[in-house]
Amino acid sequence: MPNTLYDKIWNDHLVDLQDDGTALLFVDRHLVHEVTSPQAFEGLRNSNRKVRHPNLTLAVADHNVPTTDRSKGISDKESKIQVETLEANCKEFGIKLFGMNDKRQGIVHVTGPEQGFTQPGTVIVCGDSHTATHGAFGSLAFGIGTSEVEHVLATQTLVQKKAKNFRVNVNGKLPLGVTSKDVILQIIGKIGTAGGTGCVIEYAGDLIRSLSVEQRMTICNMTIEGGARAGLIAPDEKIFKYLKDRPMSPKGEDWDKAMEYWKNLKTDEGAKFDKEINLQAEEILPMITWGTSPQDVITIDEKVPNPQNEKDEDRKNSLERSLNYMGLKPNMAAKDIKIDKVFIGSCTNGRIEDLREAAKILKDKKIAAHVHAMVVPGSGLVKEQAEQEGLDKIFVNSGFEWREPGCSMCLAMNADKLKPQERCASTSNRNFEGRQGRGGRTHLVSPGMAAAAAISGNLDDVRKYQN
Amino acid sequence: MQKFNTLKSIPAYLPIVNIDTDMIIPKQFLKTIKRTGLGKNLFFEMRYDDQGKEIGDFILNQNPFNNSKILIAGKNFGCGSSREHAPWALLDFGITCVISSSFADIFYSNCFKNGILPIVLEEEKIKELSEYANRKEEISVDLNENKIVYGNNEIKFDVDKFKKKCLLEGLDDIALSLKKSEKIENFEKDLKNKKPWIFND
Repeated sequence: MPNTLYDKIWNDHLVDLQDDGTALLFVDRHLVHEVTSPQAFEGLRNSNRKVRHPNLTLAVADHNVPTTDRSKGISDKESKIQVETLEANCKEFGIKLFGMNDKRQGIVHVTGPEQGFTQPGTVIVCGDSHTATHGAFGSLAFGIGTSEVEHVLATQTLVQKKAKNFRVNVNGKLPLGVTSKDVILQIIGKIGTAGGTGCVIEYAGDLIRSLSVEQRMTICNMTIEGGARAGLIAPDEKIFKYLKDRPMSPKGEDWDKAMEYWKNLKTDEGAKFDKEINLQAEEILPMITWGTSPQDVITIDEKVPNPQNEKDEDRKNSLERSLNYMGLKPNMAAKDIKIDKVFIGSCTNGRIEDLREAAKILKDKKIAAHVHAMVVPGSGLVKEQAEQEGLDKIFVNSGFEWREPGCSMCLAMNADKLKPQERCASTSNRNFEGRQGRGGRTHLVSPGMAAAAAISGNLDDVRKYQN
Repeated sequence: MQKFNTLKSIPAYLPIVNIDTDMIIPKQFLKTIKRTGLGKNLFFEMRYDDQGKEIGDFILNQNPFNNSKILIAGKNFGCGSSREHAPWALLDFGITCVISSSFADIFYSNCFKNGILPIVLEEEKIKELSEYANRKEEISVDLNENKIVYGNNEIKFDVDKFKKKCLLEGLDDIALSLKKSEKIENFEKDLKNKKPWIFND
């Protein structure tokens, strides 16, 4: 029987399958960060259990770390305790950790691929919903809760039920100024935030294949915003080339063996999908979110919706609530939305290509006087690379702040946050109420669109600034 | 884990769709290294004003709903992040059953690890049950029988058999999986032969 890529990875990791379909799945790679792990380590200690495979586990502090000068450590007491707890736990249980002052430190979903820890055909988990990012390498990667983190630490397995297969095909070529961020926002707008619930999404089609490794990561990253825990893309030469000679990639004979296996990782002709949708790349335009759910998308040429046009009562109430929170009027043009802040970074768009894309727009330009803008590279290595290319100077000259790596204002657990009613054009992944700070208003956009918004002082069309 | 068997309570009704985990427990409370103590911050931004005073309009600030053990809410409950702090906060507040027409996957699975029963019902039934919340009448949930009893009516609900057993008996997942140690070891041996690069050593 023809199988999907998801079926194949699933079958290849079955340790046990109960009659009721409950499976015990082997986990090849476990990423750990400071926020969702302390209770898991405490659980291990209380039950006198060990970490089964410390060498399949990699830890990094990212959510709480300051993005300004780190020489004085972390000033927030609770954040400091959490980061120190991770350090102590890693030491106690023999887990490799990239500390705050290690240049390999960064957002867990930037660091994993960068180190070659992320590999095709593996099952990768982390106590973070954006683990879906790693699916770009053709791995089954998904977020788990803290109890599951403890379960993986203790057993290197996870209790799971098989999800449904959902394929999203994107074919054609993207218009100028349109990026993979716009593609995923368009997909979420189309399927809704619960559209992928209970599914694993495979992204396919010639547009997807034409994307770079990092662009693929942006798409897979936001799969969870469409309700699916995991999104994946069949690995190809681009992936293999990316992984070659990374610090944790297979070496020598192992590399050859791995390549043999990786090359066959694709969905069989005729495999059955429970759901399937098609998008044409030419029809995708630069997108923004106007509301408080990632499905609230419009193109930059469109207007904010009017709840009065909604027949469904729940939907109408939800639109009204969002507009009210966002401080927007029905039928307002997207380009009339004035912004206060710009945030470029996060596990969605904090990689070198994202920074290049934004810098290209900002070169020789100044940001609007009323806008406060910052770039937070996804990792120390991304930061270093950007500085070698002189991107930091472009950002700083245009009026952006150039920060240290971490999750930062994507979720505002550190000092970087919006004040009530402040409005931000953000390259992150969630525009939930309060996500970037209590009362803060988030518009999700691509890095180029964030740069355009910074220059104009309002949401604007990146195509206007294409050189 | 606390066992779940039967539960009787006046339900609280929160008619909002897509309640995300940032709403359930905002990030500033994720800095804890404990599982307990999050109940007072459940739905923090809807529950307290800028001065930290309770907002009287919010349902869980009102008597008798401040003692509700059952929460009824709009569809796609628990979407967003994987933070288990969301079920921990519900549990700490005293809510051990959430009823909605759909749940986000990670939240749904996290509930079962913490003795919370998430129940999926059709929208129509949700509306019917919400009347009991409005009238401040008790409903009861019986996991053994897979049913909710309200007034003279009852509704059946589906729950995965294995998850049900774990909830009813308060079973520790890890202990159960460790009983399969031999299978895990065999899998690992096989893996070392077939995919030597996985072990990184």
